[in-house]
Amino acid sequence: MAAIQFDPIRLPAKAQDLRAEVREFIRKEIASGLIHPSQGVTYPGYSPEFSRKVGAKGWIGITWPKKYGGHERSFLERYVVTEEFRVANAPVGLHFTADRQSGPMLLKYANEKIKSDIVPRITRGECCFCIGMSEPNSGSDLFAANVRATQCDGGFKVRGTKVWTTGAHHADYMIGLFRTSPSTKENRRHGLTQFLVDMKSPGITVNPIANMTGQHEFNEVVFDDVFISAENALGDIDMAWKQATSELAYERSGPERFLEISYVLFELVRLLGNEPDVRGAEGIGRLVAQLHTLRRMSVSVNGMLQAGKEPTLEGSIVKDLGTVWQQALPHKARDLAAFIDGDVQDRTEFDRKVVHATTVAPKLTIQGGTTEVLRGIIARGLGLR
Amino acid sequence: MSDSSSLIADTTRRIFRELGRELGRELGDPKSQRNDSRRQALWRALDDAGLTRTWVPERLGGADASLADGFDVLRIAGEFAVDVPLAEQLLAGWLLSRANLSLPEGVLTIATVDRRDRIELGSHDELTGIARAVPFGRVATRCALLAHRGEQSFTAVINRADCALDERDNIAHESRDRLSLRAVKPLSLTPSSTSFDELILMGAAVRAVQMAGALQSVLDLSATYANERVAFEKPIGKFQAVQHSLARLAGETAAAVAAASSAADAIDSSPTFDEAIFLEVASAKIRVGEAVTTGTAIAHQVHGAIGFTQEHILHRYTQRLWAWRDDFGSESDWAVRLGKLVSSNGADALWPMLAAR
Repeated sequence: MAAIQFDPIRLPAKAQDLRAEVREFIRKEIASGLIHPSQGVTYPGYSPEFSRKVGAKGWIGITWPKKYGGHERSFLERYVVTEEFRVANAPVGLHFTADRQSGPMLLKYANEKIKSDIVPRITRGECCFCIGMSEPNSGSDLFAANVRATQCDGGFKVRGTKVWTTGAHHADYMIGLFRTSPSTKENRRHGLTQFLVDMKSPGITVNPIANMTGQHEFNEVVFDDVFISAENALGDIDMAWKQATSELAYERSGPERFLEISYVLFELVRLLGNEPDVRGAEGIGRLVAQLHTLRRMSVSVNGMLQAGKEPTLEGSIVKDLGTVWQQALPHKARDLAAFIDGDVQDRTEFDRKVVHATTVAPKLTIQGGTTEVLRGIIARGLGLR
Repeated sequence: MSDSSSLIADTTRRIFRELGRELGRELGDPKSQRNDSRRQALWRALDDAGLTRTWVPERLGGADASLADGFDVLRIAGEFAVDVPLAEQLLAGWLLSRANLSLPEGVLTIATVDRRDRIELGSHDELTGIARAVPFGRVATRCALLAHRGEQSFTAVINRADCALDERDNIAHESRDRLSLRAVKPLSLTPSSTSFDELILMGAAVRAVQMAGALQSVLDLSATYANERVAFEKPIGKFQAVQHSLARLAGETAAAVAAASSAADAIDSSPTFDEAIFLEVASAKIRVGEAVTTGTAIAHQVHGAIGFTQEHILHRYTQRLWAWRDDFGSESDWAVRLGKLVSSNGADALWPMLAAR
C-alpha cells in the first residue's frame, strides 16, 4: 500500500495577490447588492449579472487555454477564487458547474467546433451547465443508467428520465450520460456515452422538485425522443466509464466540500463573543482545527493536481471528511450555543442560520458521490477491493 | 525535497528498518534485557549517523540539517514508534542551538515540557523547581531546560543525577518522570530568546509529526491484516463493513498527515512563531490527537483479539499514540487556547486567518 500523501503546499504569492483582488471585488458587489453574504442559501444563487462580471474579471476558466477564452493560470489561483466566493456566499450558480467540470470536459473531449463556440461563452459567464447523471433507478450505481440514446440518421434519439438534476431549470446545456449499448458480461460499466445536450432541444421537459428546505434546486428532466447530433458525443461511444474517473479528483477535493455551510462556525464565534467560557472556547478551537486541516488537505490536493499528479484517493478522502464534518457542524454549534439565553442576548441570526444549515446538511454526504461510494473508492486505494 | 534531505530520510528509514522493527514489541515488559541491548544498538547507529544532532548547526558540532529534514526524521521514527529519546534529543538540540550552546555528551532529554513547570534561576545561578512528566528522565544523563528569573528566560543544561528522580510511567510504559531541582548548579547557562510558549509549540509539532508517522503504520498494519485474515471463507477486508471502517481510518490518518506536515512546513518556512504558526501547530496537535482516538479504535477492532495481545505489534503503536496525545498539551488544552484566540480576534478575523496560507 502506498503511503497517503499530502504535500504541504503554500499558496504562491500570485494566488494570494489574486485573493486580495477578489476580496475587493466582493466588497464592491456586497455594496452594489449583488452579493448577500448573510443569506446562507444551499445552492449558490443564480445571477446572470454577477456571472458576467466575474467572467469580465477573467475568473471563469482560469486554468483553461487562452485560445478558448481561458487564462492559463494555476489551479491554486482557481482555488482561491472558489473559496473566497463560497465564503462570501456569492451567487456563482450560473457558472460554477461549467467552471468546475463541464468546461474541462468539453476541452478534453468535444470537437473543435463545439469548443470554440461554447467554451469562450462559459468564460464570459454567459453559459450555464447541468449534469445529467442520476436517474430514478440509477444514483450511486451510475453504471445502471438506462436513459437510452438510440442511433438514428445523423445522430441519436434520447428517451427517458434524469432526476435530481441540480440547476436544470437554468441550464443552457447538459452533459448527459446515456446508454448507447447494453452492458456486457465482462464489463458492466460498458455501453454508456456522454453527450452535450442543448437544453432548448425539442422534446426536453424540466419539472421542478422542491427539496426539504422548500427551495427549488433540483429537477426531473424528461427526454421524449430528443435528437442529439453525432458530433455532440463526448469521447468514445460506449466508453464513458473510462473518462469519468480522472475528473473526480477535481470535482471532489474543492473547498465547496467543507465551506458550503461553514458560515455556521463564523456565526457561532460571533454569538459566543470575545470571551467564551471554557466549554465554548474548546468547542470553537476544535472546530477551527478541523476546518483548518480540511482546508490544508484541499489546498494540498489542488497543488498536487497542478503538479500533474493524480491524487484520486486523496481527493475522495477530502470529500468524505469535509462533508461529514459539515454535516455535524450545525448540531455541534447548537450544542455549544445551548446556554445562550435568547431573552438576554439576541440569537435570531444564529438560529436562522443553524435551522437552515441543519435542514440542508443531509444532502451534503449524498451529492457528488455518497459517503458509501467514497469509502469504497478509498478501500480500493488501500488495496482491499 | 533536496538531495541531502532525501538522504537524511533514507538513512533514518534504513537504520530503523534494520534495528528498530522488532524492538520494544512487548511494551508490558520494558525491562527485558534483550530489548535493552537492541535499543542501545539502535541508539548508537542513530548517533553515529548524526541523526541525534539533526537540529544542531555545524558550528556547534551538529548535522546542520533544516527543520524540515528534522521533521522528516521524526515522522519516520514515528512510523516505527520505538522508545528511544530521539525526538527529545532533537528538541533539546534545537533549544540549545537557539541559545548558541553546544550539545553535551551523553543521552540528552528535554526537562521542561509541561506548561505549569517553572524552574527559578536564583541569584547565584542555581536552579530550583519541579519538572513534570519528563520524557526519558531516568534514561537521560543530561537535561536541557528553560528556566526563569523574573521575565527573562534562560536555557540551561543540567546533570540529571543532580535532581531528585520520581519515576512515573505513561500509558505506554514510557518514562514520564518527575524531577525536583533544589539549587542545582547548571553545566551551562545562557539567557534565552526562546520563550516557554515557543518551546511547547515546537514540542507539540514534534509529537504531532511522530503521531502522524505512527498512524500511517497503524493503517498499513490494519489494511495488511484485513487482506490476510480469513473469516467466513474470505479475507475480512472483502466485507464492506470492514472496508468502510478502514476507509475511515485512512481518512483520519490522512487528516493527521496533512495537519502535521502543514505545521512542520509552516515552522520550517517562518522565522518567527507568530499567530499563523500558532494556528498551524494548535490545529495539528488537536486534529492529530482526535485522529489517534478514532483511528486506534478502528485498528483494534479490525485486528480482533490478536491485536490485544503483547505478542502482536499493534499495541506498541496504539499505546504510544495514546500517550503522545498528552505530551506538550492535550487536544483539549490546545483547543481552549485556539478557541480563546479566535474569539478574542472576533468572527470577521477568522476566515482571513484560515486563508493566510
